[in-house]
Amino acid sequence: MFGVEVSQLFFYLLSFIIIVSAIYVVSLRNIFHCALFLILCLFSVAGIYILLEAEFLAAVQILIYVGAVSILMIFAIMLTSRLANKKIIQSNDNVTVAIFVCAGFLLTSLGSFGYSVWKVVDSPLPENNTLTLGKLLMTDFVLPFEVVSIVLLAAMIGAIVLARREKI
Amino acid sequence: MLQYLALAAILFAIGIFGVLTRRNAIGILMSLELMFNAVNINLVTFNKFIGPDNLTGQIFAIFVIVIAAAEAVVGLAIVLLLYRNWQGIDIGNINIMKW
Repeated sequence: MFGVEVSQLFFYLLSFIIIVSAIYVVSLRNIFHCALFLILCLFSVAGIYILLEAEFLAAVQILIYVGAVSILMIFAIMLTSRLANKKIIQSNDNVTVAIFVCAGFLLTSLGSFGYSVWKVVDSPLPENNTLTLGKLLMTDFVLPFEVVSIVLLAAMIGAIVLARREKI
Repeated sequence: MLQYLALAAILFAIGIFGVLTRRNAIGILMSLELMFNAVNINLVTFNKFIGPDNLTGQIFAIFVIVIAAAEAVVGLAIVLLLYRNWQGIDIGNINIMKW
């Protein structure tokens, strides 16, 4: 779609936005601002999907994450609004331990890149991405597709039963 | 390819940091979403660069998104229930399941 340099430029721009907004998500004190930065982060991840030629997945990301999950988060924050003001400390007292855990994870995963042998195949993805996805979902992956719909139904019923006010 | 994997690793590490340090249950759920997204970036990257002749990685990413949505719904219902019964969603105070 673009030249290599342009997509490289977009990649660095998007990953900068993703990393900065993700750091804001985990560190800001006002939880509502965290939710807004989460939306920005998920939007940029959709851009990364487009760079990786997964257009359908980018659309699904925007519809489900940006449209549904973030709005759900904001609803929950507003329903528990007494806890969202700035005075309450939002982090607990094992910040140093957490920094060490993250640094260890990053060092091992980034360091293991050099030792891994990647069998990179240089053939392009199928031309009609969404069409192929739909065909795969209806042929090879039809059983997981149905199971996941049952999981969604169970989650919906479970959420309604959990959140209703009066006892059954 | 390595740059995408590095981005996913950094995003996952930030998510781990959020899960470990947040006191608010909704904050923990938001960090979990970050980690799910890191995993999805990994899956799509491997699909594009290692096995581009079929779209199994993207199918997997779709399933991950669906499961993440279900998890968020049930998690937020539990959070609302906690708020109603304890008047707070501080994870440190909720130790009713602790033996």
